[in-house]
Amino acid sequence: MTAQAHRTGSAEALLEIRQLEKRFSLSGDFLDQLRFKGGKLVRKQEYVHAINGVSLDINRGEALCVVGESGCGKSTVARTVMGLLSPSAGEVHYDGTRIDNLGSRQLLPFRKRMQMIFQNPYASLNPRMTIQQTLEEPLRLHHPDWNRQQVVDQVEQVMTSVGIDPDWGKRFGHEFSGGQRQRIAIARALAVDPEFIVADEPISALDVSIQAQVLNLLMDAQRERNLTYLFITHDLAVVEHFGTRVAVMYLGTVCEIADTATLFAKPRHPYTQALLSAIPRLDDDGPQHIRLTGEVPTPVNLPSGCVFHGRCPYANARCRQEVPALQTQDDGVRVACHAVEEGRL
Amino acid sequence: MALLEVNHLDVHFALRKGDVHALRDINFTLERGERLGIVGESGAGKSVAAFSLLNLIAKPGFIAGGEVNFEGKTLNTMSERRLRKVRGNRISMIFQDPMMTLNPVLSIGEQMIECLKAHRRITTKAARAIALDKLQQVQLPSPDTRLAQYPHELSGGMRQRVIIAIALLLDPDIIIADEPTTALDVTIQAEIMALLLNLCEQHNVGLILITHDLGVVSQVTQRMLVMYAGRVIEQGPTREIINDPQHPYTQGLINALPQMATPGEPLNQIRGSMPSLSNLPSGCAFHPRCNFIRRADGQTRPACVEQVPGFVTSGNCQVACHMVAELLEDRRLQEESL
Repeated sequence: MTAQAHRTGSAEALLEIRQLEKRFSLSGDFLDQLRFKGGKLVRKQEYVHAINGVSLDINRGEALCVVGESGCGKSTVARTVMGLLSPSAGEVHYDGTRIDNLGSRQLLPFRKRMQMIFQNPYASLNPRMTIQQTLEEPLRLHHPDWNRQQVVDQVEQVMTSVGIDPDWGKRFGHEFSGGQRQRIAIARALAVDPEFIVADEPISALDVSIQAQVLNLLMDAQRERNLTYLFITHDLAVVEHFGTRVAVMYLGTVCEIADTATLFAKPRHPYTQALLSAIPRLDDDGPQHIRLTGEVPTPVNLPSGCVFHGRCPYANARCRQEVPALQTQDDGVRVACHAVEEGRL
Repeated sequence: MALLEVNHLDVHFALRKGDVHALRDINFTLERGERLGIVGESGAGKSVAAFSLLNLIAKPGFIAGGEVNFEGKTLNTMSERRLRKVRGNRISMIFQDPMMTLNPVLSIGEQMIECLKAHRRITTKAARAIALDKLQQVQLPSPDTRLAQYPHELSGGMRQRVIIAIALLLDPDIIIADEPTTALDVTIQAEIMALLLNLCEQHNVGLILITHDLGVVSQVTQRMLVMYAGRVIEQGPTREIINDPQHPYTQGLINALPQMATPGEPLNQIRGSMPSLSNLPSGCAFHPRCNFIRRADGQTRPACVEQVPGFVTSGNCQVACHMVAELLEDRRLQEESL
């Protein structure tokens, strides 16, 4: 408990997520939910359980990476933190203030401090706005008192800092390549001098040589502006390079949180182990990865017990019934696994 | 004679503003049972290369020169009717998106049986038995029930297994796989790649694997081509290229991978981006991004800007680069003077 209190109560945590849950209804509105069954009118509701009780702390100045396969809820976490989705249960605290229940007007000062970079730079830039307009918009919203010159100066400064020529401001998004567009999207996020950035797969739509450029840019920005990142990705090689800490998610729950170096040196959770062994490496001859059987279950009907038990080689009767909780190990790694807890693994 | 030989293949796209050269002078061979990787970034022409092998390029694209020889027969001049006997039968393809490849209104069984009947005189019962056998080979759980199911009822990984089963239906000599695992998750990707590798080895099927993932290529293939802006810039044994890349672009591509850098340090990036095919730089298409364009004395090597580099042989690899050619020449002169 002391470790728990220390973690959640620490002054350095910029963002705290507590027992966050998000369900999406599949059954439409009230009338769509009604069905005749055996001569009776019954109401049936189905939900996609995108995230189920996720708790994370993000410390000032770190890059917390959330990894997992598609459908594990990592993007939902990002969007819920940003207030783009409202959580079904749980709380989000930013710098000591609860923000998940605020109205849009009350949220405005926080929006200035937290910004988001999206995956697809082809979709996240408004095609009808020039780059200048795109970059000025957040400044006009968050600094209504600034005069024209201040806005223009700030835009020029931020464009230079991400490596785009300020003369390109007159052009539209479609005139740029994917890498340049992502630079513009990063510039838009940096324009209001945020302290916290949520980046949802910011480099997965880009080519390898461009990925390196954009990743370097994000790291430079972090150093220069003392940014805190919540970095969502499925690419573990990027995590190993970029992340301070890593949270591994599976089917809406966090199965392991650890320092990056510790996680890659000694993965504890069976899913983390399988995930790490599945990275195609340049230096090994032939695949020697841990083969997982089966597929990820749907988040509509969650399995009982540990969500991973269906694919886990170490699952036993307890795993099929009891949901494992995150438990802190000796070296600060937190793992949600009965096998690790019982010392079977 | 190699099973498949590609000689001086040129592919153009006829656009209003003039022809765009999507592929220029592609040469490679594939032996029976060999696995070849084609690597490059988007726009490099690797998918066009794959499609042109079976003359599957849609208008306005066309094969402007060169030939694709399969067992001594030239595929790109063959009539559609005869080409059909090769497509899917002797050479089959696996595409990137498993949802787009399968017909959504036919059950898995119907699609497989249809394919068998198109190429062989065979009863439905016998075709069904073959289909079932192939589904078992790709380790699809409960293949019996899958035959009656539709593509939307399967997950991405299972769909890609079905597609591999279809590609194997007629016991082809070559499978062309265009980014077969890009749409899949890491753990599923690892499974599918292992399966594909295994089946190719078992049945002695040749594989042409198109991908942007150097990790996958290094694990699966024996030889590889690296493409840039419509040309092959380096080819040779995969291990040699991965361990000791010669071309500055290949070096840049490998060094840009996060696993090649110290965590926390900046990645080794290649500056700039791939030029558009309709507006290629003069000389070597890579020269505006190349770090080796200057000689030791600080002068720009004129050939890089003026002249398209030809292939030079370095070890077992072929490299199209003026810098490498110069290095090799220097080394040769040194050895001679000794």
